[in-house]
Amino acid sequence: MSDVTTAEAHLDPDLLHGKGRSLWADARRRFLGNKAAVASLLILALVALFALFGQFLTPWSNAEIDWNLLGAIPQEGGPDLETRHYFGVDETGRDLYARVVQGTRISLAVGIVGALISVVVGTAYGAVAGYVGGKTDNAMMRFVDLMMSIPYMFVLILLLVIFSRSIIMLFVGIGLISWLDMARIARGQTLSIRNTEYVEAARAIGVSTPMIIRRHIVPNLIGVVIVYATLLVPQMIIFESFISFLGLGVQEPATSWGALINQGAANLRNGTPWMLGFPLAFFVVSLFALFFLGDGLRDALDPKDR
Amino acid sequence: MPLLSIDNLGVAFETPDGEVQAVNGLSFAVEPGETLAIVGESGSGKSQTAFATMGLLARNGHATGRVTFDGRDLIGLGERELNRIRGDAMSMIFQDPMTSLNPYLKIGPQMTEIFQLHKGVGRRQARAEAVRMLDAVRIPDARARLDQYPHEFSGGMRQRIMIAMALLCRPKLLIADEPTTALDVTVQAQILKLLAEIRAEFGTAMILITHDLGIVADTCDRTLVMYGGRVMERGPTDTLFARPSHPYTVGLMRAVPRLDVDQDDLLTIPGEPPDMSRLPGGCPFAPRCAHMREVCRDVMPPLEPYGALHRACHAPPAEVETEAVR
Amino acid sequence: MTSFILRRLAVAIPTLLALIVFSFLLMEFSPGSPFATERGIPPAVMANLEAKYGLDRSLIERMGIYVWNIVSGFDFGPSFSFSNRSVNDIIAQGFPVTLTYGFWSFVVAVLVGVTLGAFAAIRHNSVLDYAAVGVTVGAQVLPNFVMAPILVLVFTLWLGWLPGGGWQGGQIEYIILPVIALSTSYMASIARITRSSMLETLNAGFVRTARAKGLPMRRVILRHALKPAMLPVVSYLGPAFVGMITGSVVIDVFFSTGGIGQFFVNSALSRDYSVILGITILFGALTIFFNLLVDVAYAWIDPKIRY
Repeated sequence: MSDVTTAEAHLDPDLLHGKGRSLWADARRRFLGNKAAVASLLILALVALFALFGQFLTPWSNAEIDWNLLGAIPQEGGPDLETRHYFGVDETGRDLYARVVQGTRISLAVGIVGALISVVVGTAYGAVAGYVGGKTDNAMMRFVDLMMSIPYMFVLILLLVIFSRSIIMLFVGIGLISWLDMARIARGQTLSIRNTEYVEAARAIGVSTPMIIRRHIVPNLIGVVIVYATLLVPQMIIFESFISFLGLGVQEPATSWGALINQGAANLRNGTPWMLGFPLAFFVVSLFALFFLGDGLRDALDPKDR
Repeated sequence: MPLLSIDNLGVAFETPDGEVQAVNGLSFAVEPGETLAIVGESGSGKSQTAFATMGLLARNGHATGRVTFDGRDLIGLGERELNRIRGDAMSMIFQDPMTSLNPYLKIGPQMTEIFQLHKGVGRRQARAEAVRMLDAVRIPDARARLDQYPHEFSGGMRQRIMIAMALLCRPKLLIADEPTTALDVTVQAQILKLLAEIRAEFGTAMILITHDLGIVADTCDRTLVMYGGRVMERGPTDTLFARPSHPYTVGLMRAVPRLDVDQDDLLTIPGEPPDMSRLPGGCPFAPRCAHMREVCRDVMPPLEPYGALHRACHAPPAEVETEAVR
Repeated sequence: MTSFILRRLAVAIPTLLALIVFSFLLMEFSPGSPFATERGIPPAVMANLEAKYGLDRSLIERMGIYVWNIVSGFDFGPSFSFSNRSVNDIIAQGFPVTLTYGFWSFVVAVLVGVTLGAFAAIRHNSVLDYAAVGVTVGAQVLPNFVMAPILVLVFTLWLGWLPGGGWQGGQIEYIILPVIALSTSYMASIARITRSSMLETLNAGFVRTARAKGLPMRRVILRHALKPAMLPVVSYLGPAFVGMITGSVVIDVFFSTGGIGQFFVNSALSRDYSVILGITILFGALTIFFNLLVDVAYAWIDPKIRY
């Protein structure tokens, strides 16, 4: 059976005719051929536009209380174009649409910042450990193992409690753990690149180590790093939402998907289903799109998994 | 009656780029006790022929035509009946001994399970038989080594174990798919010698699949040359080697380095192996052939007898043979 | 094997100690005292309180006492906010609850996940396979805090089949929803990992050898493919365990089970350091111990790992 995969590789018309096509052009062609991934990209673009400009479409701010509805929210606080509460109001009469816009901003920001930290710190850490090797590598990776064997959510909550619950602290806490997986992946990849012939050739003709890392290791890491960073974004969003769901994350009046879902869930029995429905829909749809995008990128950039 | 007769065999795979025909209209027969070599470049369909015979094609592949073994048609036989034949009357060894043994099981159970399954004997008896067979393939201290894992053996040793395992039930036919390709050259010779000896001892017929013409001459009674999923030429090994009459066979021969002749450079066949998903309508070798004619592009030449050989070529044999001698 | 376990322990124990010391120091350097209130406490009362909780001793001394109490008698000290209860009392009350549904969640996630993934791989590209892939992709975006409200909405508020919270000494109907909410996303991950590693294993050379021997497919899978296909699953069990322990906090809070997570969140909100610290260390110890078990299991399956 494995013979067939090799046979199929032999039979790949592009390989046989040896058409010169750059890695990136090839990846773009494969990505655009993946309908789920392209659709996901469109959905995410819409969500991002919503987060950036959604606020301009409503007269309500996220902190303002609609006194007209207070006391009758289950009956009259639902989605209503006339009052211009597109998503209804929450249990204290605040406009849910404006709050979802704000929650989307924070959740996306957390996801992107977490992924960026992991890309910068994790890639650098992993590339150095993998390239230098030996005892340094061993010590560096033992440290990663050690960090990973700790239930970090509890440590993060401990940090949040001690250094006050601020969004900065949340970013720091998420940044502290997000790079661990990336470091492992970057190291593994570096190890295999380091042993390739072109790196040995570069070393043999006396290219310096930083130069090799910059010219050969990092460019070849980029594909894997992009793929993994895309898959990290939803993980970071889930992570933040988890903490906010417990009421330990972002603080009022700021909010995030997790905090909104928490409020919706807490009011389940009060006859305000839209409070759960809208944040949940945004959360689920965006995460779906992010996962499909990540898968699409992996298929495009890492064709050996095809 | 031949032990195995293959009649108009076709193997096709469903791939995302459409159907790929790996083997096309292949026919040959193997007599009891004889050795047949199937020679060709990678992708010529020789391994898929073996897999189709054993019923081991990948999920996206299917075989057509007739494969008659010991009087039974194997294609269309149910998995249950096929399992009674596989490993018992007909067995196979593979190219890479590193991956064809299960790394998570000790050698002992891997060997005894096949004997227990087909002969219905107990574990003790199967173990005794396994030891006897390991002795036969010259693995020292066989009894103790049954309790070791594959990674504790060298590549050559592992291939010996594979051979012992394949011969455990005394099959009538052994299919060896590139059995020495993954091994060191010195080990290759040992394994081939062992195969020849053991085969002679048990009277097993063998199909040896290889891309290495060098190992064919000494070991095989008859040879079949494949290209692009079709037979190019076949016949007794001696005749074929002495006077090849097909341009592809000639090309293959000239690509073998020779020690007895002073060669300035090694000749290769120009061009690349064909794209199996877009085979030309005529002879698959035509684009690379020095003797190509207009007709070759559109019409696949039939396999016709020529002396002791059978050849599929539009060019007259005399024209090709002169080149071979040059 | 014994020396392998001992060497693993030699790493695990310092890790745990480091976790204890790190958490303790964090707490020490936190701004503000747990007794600080807006009204202010008279200095005499403060001194009394500090003496009671041992805050008047030096840092090293207190740390030594704290670590020693944990190591010698699993004594995490008194709670700061519940004046007459110790951290041990709180753990003793909440932990059995969390352990009960946590155990079942783990069992469900592993059994259902492995079965689903393995069958999807064996019946590759069948309806079952597509269904399994659909379920696992869907469950990726349904972490416990999303599953929990959805389950309550459907099974409690709409259908009225199961209670939406409480524990009642662990009666079965009170366990079902927490277990489903906690296990779903891990079940999906395990199914996905099992499926892809089983597909890879089924393509391995030794599986082809096994088929060439004439073994029936059932035997090929059970005897030759299952063990190697389980290796990636085993290494995922460590992270899954951490995830489930963490997720139990959400379950405890949302379903009001009276489990340990509820105490944890309450303590976090009221800055009850000793409870947070105690629970963090307890879960840290559990995690480290579980990872040790996973390492041993891995080494037991894979003969190529030298002890």
